[in-house]
Amino acid sequence: MEKMPAWADVVLVPLISLLLAAAISALVITGIGEDPVAAVKMMVSGALGSTYGWGYTLYYATNFMFTGLAVSVAFHAKMFNIGGEGQAMIGGLGVALMALFIPWPHWSLALIFCSIGGAVFGALWALIPAILQAKRGSHIVITTIMFNFMAAALLNYLLVSILRPVKSMDPATASFPEPTHLPTLHDILMPLGIEFSKSAPANVSLLLALAAAVFVWVLIWRTRLGYALRAFGHSDTAAQYAGINPVKITILAMLISGGLAGMMAVNTTLGEAERLVLNATEGAGFIGIAVALMGRSHPFGVVLASILFGFLYQGGAELALWTSIPRELIVVIQALVILFTGALDNMVRMPIERLFIALRGSGDRDG
Amino acid sequence: MTENSTTGRQVSAAPAIELVGISKSFGPVQANKDISIRVMPGTIHGIIGENGAGKSTLMSILYGFYKADKGEVFIAGNQTQIPDSQAAIAAGIGMVFQHFKLVPNFSVLENIILGAEDGAMLRPSLAKARESLLSLARDYEMNVDPDAIVEELSVGHQQRVEILKALYRQANILILDEPTGVLTPSEADQLFRILKRLRDEGKTIILITHKLREIMDITDTVSVMRRGEMTATVKTADTNPEQLAELMVGRKVLLRIDKSAAQRGKELLHVKNLQVTDEAGVLRLKGVSFNIRAGEILGIAGVAGNGQSELLEVLGGYRTAQGQILVNGAPIDITGQNADGQSRRKHGIAHVPEDRQREGLIMDFAAWENIAFGYHTDEKYQSGIFMNNAAIKQDASEKMQRFDVRPPNHNLTAKSFSGGNQQKLVLAREIERDPDILLVGQPTRGVDIGAIEFIHQQIMTLRERGKAILLVSVELEEIMSLSDRIAVMFDGQIMGERLPNETNEKELGLLMAGITEEVA
Repeated sequence: MEKMPAWADVVLVPLISLLLAAAISALVITGIGEDPVAAVKMMVSGALGSTYGWGYTLYYATNFMFTGLAVSVAFHAKMFNIGGEGQAMIGGLGVALMALFIPWPHWSLALIFCSIGGAVFGALWALIPAILQAKRGSHIVITTIMFNFMAAALLNYLLVSILRPVKSMDPATASFPEPTHLPTLHDILMPLGIEFSKSAPANVSLLLALAAAVFVWVLIWRTRLGYALRAFGHSDTAAQYAGINPVKITILAMLISGGLAGMMAVNTTLGEAERLVLNATEGAGFIGIAVALMGRSHPFGVVLASILFGFLYQGGAELALWTSIPRELIVVIQALVILFTGALDNMVRMPIERLFIALRGSGDRDG
Repeated sequence: MTENSTTGRQVSAAPAIELVGISKSFGPVQANKDISIRVMPGTIHGIIGENGAGKSTLMSILYGFYKADKGEVFIAGNQTQIPDSQAAIAAGIGMVFQHFKLVPNFSVLENIILGAEDGAMLRPSLAKARESLLSLARDYEMNVDPDAIVEELSVGHQQRVEILKALYRQANILILDEPTGVLTPSEADQLFRILKRLRDEGKTIILITHKLREIMDITDTVSVMRRGEMTATVKTADTNPEQLAELMVGRKVLLRIDKSAAQRGKELLHVKNLQVTDEAGVLRLKGVSFNIRAGEILGIAGVAGNGQSELLEVLGGYRTAQGQILVNGAPIDITGQNADGQSRRKHGIAHVPEDRQREGLIMDFAAWENIAFGYHTDEKYQSGIFMNNAAIKQDASEKMQRFDVRPPNHNLTAKSFSGGNQQKLVLAREIERDPDILLVGQPTRGVDIGAIEFIHQQIMTLRERGKAILLVSVELEEIMSLSDRIAVMFDGQIMGERLPNETNEKELGLLMAGITEEVA
């Protein structure tokens, strides 16, 4: 018998965790002598109060969707891919090479092939740790962390020494040609008669991220590969019994995971910066871990959690801009959200489970 | 084994343990319901019941792991609170768990004093323990070398260390939870001799088991539990196995299997000189050969860990080996190059693995997903690039119905079924595939008596349909009643083959201990 209804599992528990995180954040804000109510108002109005705010919130959320989905897919095969950051950086390289060296006639072609470029590069960057894990037993957590540093170093070298245009002082590639520029939400919503902020960076990649979420859902719950991947994730001994090849599953799961992380670069590099800059990922690879934890590795949960973290990112930036609350406090708030929704999940879950069991017990006696 | 009479022993007035009206529930599950029991000092009291009947919960309450919702505990006539295991030890209760709580790389002596050291310095405690260990060993004839490292001892000796540990803590009441599960028959006999000796010295012993034979052999009184309730407490001399089984299950149970003579057909499986080296480089199978014909059950008897698991894994396709395996006369790949669990299934080999929770099922998958497990590449389960979940669910509910899996709900996760029903799920999946060869490991481990009957019937039906069956079990009774031929494994070798009607438990027990010559 299940301990509590599904809605309590997916909605009630995270909601209570979030409220707890918010309450402690409020205490911290009060502790440094600021007004928590004003801070919340500022965050909400800054992130959600205007189409400009929404534009940024959704832009960040797009990044987190890709990296969150990447971590989720690996999670289902019981692998902890911490390398989303590096895979997204190298994905950026794939996107940039595609955009710079092939003269695309239209943004739609650029979007398709840059996505493929980003995915292939990200997947290849995940392939080496995957092979090391599958064949040599080198722990994927350790290798993917190391590959993050290697990605950063490699990109630094390429941007400073090779891809930087002559005479430029900036460690970045040249700007991508005009036809590759992606339509922003402003461009997309205009024909529908909706006035959306022109300067916000959210772009068509958001739709790509949502499509990726659907793809992941179908993959995990509707295909044979997804079945094998989940079986392997739940029990590798049972998977062996069933004839599921652990080497193949490990490598495929990491390729898909790395590919999704790599596609994040479409949003940052092709969609926003329109050139490849240093540190284009801005830690989104790591936020993806929190997003996957909070979203319970379910694509729908990942999308919701991504929007929440997009809100925290954008709201936090506004807070730092307009109040004397230091920027670091935003990291504290994000950390509290991760702590409560991820690490301390059972602290909330178990009392709620007991509550439901008690309710059901009394219900049984009445009936 | 005829010391069952209780005459001539001192029986004082107050019971050693008395439980009055013990109730305990976990959420909606009532594990113990108003249980009362009296155990007189100097007796062996058996507690028998199916899995989940509440035996372990009751003992955990007595040992301070759980707190009872209601009820009282009296030790030697005095009401006693047992909030934790320290209090249980102080009250003179010792517990020998099914899975030993020993530190493998400590010596016997170090294990004995662990948690009962007298001070910060070990030397005086060790000296004191050595002395009392020697005197305990003398009193109860339990010879154990105090300086031996525990992991180098046999399982039977490790169990003795557990008993000595309890006695060193002045236990007067000893609780043993399924103590013979890991022992050879002769080790079990030795254990029973020790227990009788302890009883004769005035100790009180509570034996938890699901084996009727042990209850009949050694206990003075027996309590039967069913679904959290104590259904009966009787003198062992006044009862019989059939009556106890009926009390456990709540209906009449067929303990004997009526077996027709085997209708042997052609040879379906032939294993030649199979050798397996494990990851650490140790030879686990040292040249195993046997064959099985259609319509025949070959039983592999042996104490767990003598190569039976490796044998099943090689046959099941997920361990590599040297030697040869012929299926239907044709050799199959055992190098692992071109073979895995999938290709074995295509050869008509179905496998009910020894450990259904770690291998046979994905515990977090729904029952319907588990019905497809291992056969998930079957064409019937596909529709284009997708899995045809509706078809799998349909198939699952039919199979679950035919195998009487309860509750018949294919959406429940595997872990929410009882052990017996989990096993029925695995059997339904494997047997319904109509395999030529069925590998079955420990088919009734952790399965209640009612389900055992059903599972045995299914295996016998498959035999009558002319299939070859390899049965691996540590339950000698099961091997003897189902098999057409019995092979005994010891230390990676087959010590000998016997016919069930021409052998007995004693002879098989000797083979299981690696002794081949007849010892008079």
